[in-house]
Amino acid sequence: MSSVAEERSIRAPWALTAPALMLFVGVLLIPLAMTVMLSFHDWGQYKGIEPVFILKNWQEIATDPYYAEMFWRTFRIAILTTLLTALLGAPEAYILNRMSGRWKSFFLLVILGPLLISVVARTLGWALLFGGNNGLANKLLMSLGVIRSPIPFMFTETGMVVALAHVMMPFMVLSVWAALQRLDPQIENAAMSLGAGPVTIIRRIIMPQIMPGVLSGAIIVFSLSASAFATPAIIGGRRLKVAATLAYDEFLNTLNWPLGAAVATLLLAALVLIVVGSNAMIERRYAEVFR
Amino acid sequence: MAHLELDRVAKQFGAQTVVDDFSLAVGKGEFISFLGPSGCGKTTTLQMIAGFLDPTRGAIRLEGKDLTAIHPARRGLGIVFQSYALFPHMTAAENVAFGLEMRSVPRSERAERVRAALAMVGLAGYEQRHPRRMSGGQQQRVALARALVIKPSVLLLDEPLSNLDAKLREEMQIELRQIQRTIGTTTILVTHDQNEAMSLSDRIVVMSQGRIEQIGTPQDTYERPASAFVSQFLGKTNDFAATIDRTAMPARLVAGSWSAPAPAGLSGPVTVSIRPERIGFGDAGLGAKIVTRIFQGNHWLFQCASECGPAIVIRQNDGQAQPAEGEGVRLAWRAEDMSVRGGAAS
Ligand SMILES: Nc1ncnc2c1ncn2[C@@H]1O[C@H](COP(=O)(O)OP(=O)(O)OP(=O)(O)O)[C@@H](O)[C@H]1O
Ligand SMILES: [Mg+2]
Repeated sequence: MSSVAEERSIRAPWALTAPALMLFVGVLLIPLAMTVMLSFHDWGQYKGIEPVFILKNWQEIATDPYYAEMFWRTFRIAILTTLLTALLGAPEAYILNRMSGRWKSFFLLVILGPLLISVVARTLGWALLFGGNNGLANKLLMSLGVIRSPIPFMFTETGMVVALAHVMMPFMVLSVWAALQRLDPQIENAAMSLGAGPVTIIRRIIMPQIMPGVLSGAIIVFSLSASAFATPAIIGGRRLKVAATLAYDEFLNTLNWPLGAAVATLLLAALVLIVVGSNAMIERRYAEVFR
Repeated sequence: MAHLELDRVAKQFGAQTVVDDFSLAVGKGEFISFLGPSGCGKTTTLQMIAGFLDPTRGAIRLEGKDLTAIHPARRGLGIVFQSYALFPHMTAAENVAFGLEMRSVPRSERAERVRAALAMVGLAGYEQRHPRRMSGGQQQRVALARALVIKPSVLLLDEPLSNLDAKLREEMQIELRQIQRTIGTTTILVTHDQNEAMSLSDRIVVMSQGRIEQIGTPQDTYERPASAFVSQFLGKTNDFAATIDRTAMPARLVAGSWSAPAPAGLSGPVTVSIRPERIGFGDAGLGAKIVTRIFQGNHWLFQCASECGPAIVIRQNDGQAQPAEGEGVRLAWRAEDMSVRGGAAS
């Protein structure tokens, strides 16, 4: 009797998760495995894809400095974007948290607003403002005599970082916001009653406690920026490529699917390593705050 | 001169007056409790003393100096919060040391004082623990040590024991009182637990809806409540509607078939208030019938239906036979045990 119940209790979770698991395997794991396999196939201009097992693509990526530069740029942009969102987003979340009721919900909406607009539309907005001589902001600044030549934005890494930071800001703010919610509402008063000034309170009491929030926000922003496609595609175009746009080009323009697959696989592997590694590090470092 | 003085302090949030006309003089080394139901403004008053809120009107003085002009960080008061508000990223010792660090106490002296403070609250050996790895009672002690280590001129406690279970709360009450006696810090405790207020304090400030109902020693407020609110809030009480019979000579105070010589200078309808443990069963007095009889170990609790409405009586379990449920009894009490309120002066 009891063994039947036991058996059922073992089977039930599997049965209940089966649909989701099948979907997961079907649309994620299998295509992923196929992409990895694809990266070991051969390709030629005239012969197309040949299902053989060679390391040609991987050797090309490893030896050609073009790819190293591409990946280095990808991660440089992602790191700078992460830093920018952390520097602006953490204070933003703190200020937001201190606002009173009505203003708080209004400004929360303002910050989350960008999430409701398509990435393409938002990025095109930046292009309209700073796109060469015709960009609205550039035109205005030049006619006012503030600048002589247009601020370079399109096809620059700076432009990409700024546009990406704009897109990613809500993730950082929400992550820090969540950490702030867990703070004891009296904690600042407690520090104040012990003689701490405002700067000390932020540095010694608030910062250490919201650091896990900043870091988990940073992980989200970093991985999303490193694999972002739409923003780099619009700002950088074909001239300033990052890993994601490079893979896209190999697939759809050169039609060298195996090489594109190798680039995509490498990007994925690198991201997984970085994210899992830093997550483990953060959890160890901030064990006390997370509990 | 009073050590800490609140002079007609009031606080308004918008149009809502939360504390009004609050005047209190606290002596040095005194242990005062603010007692009152939830939302009566206890925390608000405490936060005004601490400086986290500014009073709308009135003055707060410490040693004769205007406290409201001093920034909360420089008032030098020790505060224990209801949620403890410990710094979770610091160890117990770092938590306690924080206030000393802010005062630039040299490192060696700091370590010694932190050790002594933790030892005083019974936490020697817990220096390197983080708050989240401590029990509620231990966290409460860390919070107390953190507030006391800076040698505050006044210690403010906002319901520090309300998160603890009954047994631990009792232990901490005794410990709190001992520590306070030993170091002699002027202390204000906020609580809505009347037993806590009575067992700990030198004087109790009973509050209701932002106003002071009564200030007095625990015994005073219990035995001679100044208002119906106080008598209801501090323990159980019986309120009987009574009249003054001026036709009798001398005038008599009459409640149902119970009567006593009327106090001088009162007339009209009044309320007689009497504690349940002061009522006895006698041959004459207020007619009543026992509705339920509950045995509570060291005493019996009787719920009666009397001529003047429901009444409760508490009798010591002294081995005497007690009336049974449904039995008719007469309730009697001594005139000095009751308090009479209302009525017009005549
Ligand atoms: N910042 C505020 N704005 C508006 N009203 C407030 C504010 N803080 C407190 N109040 C109101 O003031 C009244 C008293 O609050 P207070 O916190 O002093 O009560 P309390 O006696 O400490 O109650 P409790 O025992 O529940 O802690 C309450 O009615 C509360 O709603
Ligand atoms: Mg309160």
